Amino acid sequence: MTAILKHELRAHFHSLTAWVFGAFLLCFVGIGALQYNLKAAVSNFEYVLGYCAIILAIIVPLLTMRTIAEERRQKTDQLIYSLPVTTTQVVLGKYLALLILFAIPLLIVCLYPLIFAQYGDVYLPTAYGSIGAFFLMGAALIALGVFISSLTENQGFAAGLGVAVMLFNYYSVSLSEYVSRTTVGSGAALAVLAVLLCLLIWYMTKNANLAYGAAVVLILGLSGVLYFKPELLEGLLPGIMEKLSFFERFYTFVDGVFDLTSVIFYLTAIVFFLFLSVQSLEKRRYN
Amino acid sequence: MITVSHLTKYYGRHLAVSDLSFEIGEGHVYGFLGPNGAGKSTTMNIMTGCLSATEGSVSIDGHDIFEEPKAAKKLIGYLPEQPPLYPGETPEEYLHFVGQAKGLRGERLRAELEAAIEATGIEPVRHKRIGALSKGFRQRVGIAQALLGDPRVIILDEPTVGLDPLQILEIRDLIRRLGRTHTVIFSSHILSEVQTVCDRILIIAHGRLVAQGKPEELERELAGETEIRLIADADDLTAAKIVASVEGLHALEVTGEGGVSTFRLAAGDGDPHAMTRALFGAFAKADTAILEMSVKKATLEDVFLELTEKDGSGLPAPEDSIAEDSAPVDGAAEEIKESEATGHDGDPEA
Repeated sequence: MTAILKHELRAHFHSLTAWVFGAFLLCFVGIGALQYNLKAAVSNFEYVLGYCAIILAIIVPLLTMRTIAEERRQKTDQLIYSLPVTTTQVVLGKYLALLILFAIPLLIVCLYPLIFAQYGDVYLPTAYGSIGAFFLMGAALIALGVFISSLTENQGFAAGLGVAVMLFNYYSVSLSEYVSRTTVGSGAALAVLAVLLCLLIWYMTKNANLAYGAAVVLILGLSGVLYFKPELLEGLLPGIMEKLSFFERFYTFVDGVFDLTSVIFYLTAIVFFLFLSVQSLEKRRYN
Repeated sequence: MITVSHLTKYYGRHLAVSDLSFEIGEGHVYGFLGPNGAGKSTTMNIMTGCLSATEGSVSIDGHDIFEEPKAAKKLIGYLPEQPPLYPGETPEEYLHFVGQAKGLRGERLRAELEAAIEATGIEPVRHKRIGALSKGFRQRVGIAQALLGDPRVIILDEPTVGLDPLQILEIRDLIRRLGRTHTVIFSSHILSEVQTVCDRILIIAHGRLVAQGKPEELERELAGETEIRLIADADDLTAAKIVASVEGLHALEVTGEGGVSTFRLAAGDGDPHAMTRALFGAFAKADTAILEMSVKKATLEDVFLELTEKDGSGLPAPEDSIAEDSAPVDGAAEEIKESEATGHDGDPEA
C-alpha cells in the first residue's frame, strides 16, 4: 500500500492536479476570510468554511477523476492486478494519497484562526471543530469521487458525474422542500430510486438476474410497506434527502455543535464508498 | 511449476477458453502459439491473476492463483500485450514503484532495479520520459518490470507485436537469455518466432489446446507424410510401370497429357531422398527422362494453419493432435531474415 501511496502522491505532484486543487481551495478560503473576517469583521472562522463548502463539489471531482479511470484508460490496471497487492490496498493507497493532498492546504488553513486570534477574539474550539468537520466532509466526498472514478475509464465523464452528484447532494435539502411528502408521492419516488439502484447493480455486475432479483425484492418490500404501514412513507423521501446531505451535516458544526452522529455518518460514508470502489475494481476481473 | 486445470472462461455468452489443461515445468522457454482471438491473452491474464476464471484452477508452484494470490503473484512477472506503463514517468521511477509494490526495499530494490535495467538494455533511456521512448524501449521497460522481484516465471504476452524487425530480434534474444535463468512463457501468433525461441510449444485455437511438445517432436509426430511430385517424359502408363517398380511409393494422383505424365506420390514416413534416388535409378534404367522432381513435406505451418483454422468443434484433443513446421505466418520473419542478411545492428530508440 505504501508503494501505491507514494506513487500516487508523486503522480499528483508531477501533474498540475495537486497544485491546482490546493490553489483553488486556499483561494476560496482566502476570499471567504477576506469577506467575513476582514471586511465584515466577524470573528467566527467557521463561517468562512461554511461559505467555501460548495467549492468542494467542484474541486473534489477534479482531484479524484483520474484516480482509477486513468489506470483503466492507459491499461495500467493490468499491472496493478498482477502485482502482489490486494485491491483493497490499491484503493486505500490511492485514497490516502488524495487525503494527504486535501490535508496539506487545510493545514495551512489551520493557521488562519491563530493569526486572526492575534487581532481579536476568535473562538478557537468552533473554528478548529469546523476545520475538522470540513476535513471529514471532504474525505467522504473524496471517497465518493474515487468510487465514481472507478465506474468509467473516461476522466471527463468521471469529473462531470462527480460534480453533478455532489451538487445534487449540496442542494438536496433545498430540493427536498419541493418533493412530495405524501405517502403515494414518496412511494413513487422510492420506486424510481429502486429502479435506478437496480440499473446500477446491473451496470456494476453485468448480471441481469441479480438486477431483476433486487428489483423484485425492492418493489415487493415497497408495496408491502405501502399496504401494511403506509404512514412510514409519509415524508420519507424528503427526510432521506436531508439526512444524506454531506453538506447539511457540516453546517451543524459551523453552527457550533459537535455532532458525533455526523462524524459517524462521514466515517460510514467513507467506508461504504471505498468498499464499492474495491468491488468495482474486483468486478473487472469477473467480466 | 504451473498447473492449469480445466480452465474455462466465458465473456458473457462468448466462450473464450474451453476446458484448457496443461502443465509447465521449471526452466525452458515455452511458446504459447495461436491465431488472434484464440484465447492466449485470456489464458495468460487468468494465469497471472488479472482475470477470474469461470471454471478451473491455476496453480503456481503449489499456490492457487485465486486462493493464495499474493504468494502466487510473487512467483510471476507479467508483461501484458500492451505494456502497462505510465508515460509521464521515467523508466527508473516506474521500476522503482513496481519494485516497491513487489515488496522490495533498500539495497535489494536498488540491486534488482540495476540488474533489470542492465538485462533489458534500457540504461541509455533510464532518465527519459517513458512517453518519449520508442515502442521497442517501452517493451523493454515492460519486460524490466516483469523481472523485478526475481520471479521464477516470466509471462510475456505477444512481446514482439508492433516492433520493427531489428527490435523483434533484440527482444527474441532477450527472451532466450531470460530462459537460461527463468521459466519463460511467451505468446505469439507467429509460428517461426515460437519455433526459433522456444524449447516447447503449446498451440491453442478456439480456446482449446490442440497440440503441445518440443518443436522437433511436434514436427516428427504431427507433420504428414512426405509427398513427391514427379513429371516424366513418358505417357502415364509407361511412367506408372516405372514408378511401380520402386517399393514404398503409392500414387495419389496421376495425370498425363501429350506424352508427359505428372505424378503425386506418397512416400510414407521413410527417408524421402532414398525414394527420389530409387526413382531416379528406375527412370534411368528405363531410359526415360525425369523432367521435374520435388519433395514436399507437410510443414508445421501447414498443420498449424489446419489446426487453427478449423472451427472449434472439430479440433482434436491435445494428446492425439497433429502438427506443424517452419515458415512465418505473417511478414515479420521474412523482414527479419532480410535484415539478418543485410547485417543491420539497429538502434531501436526513437
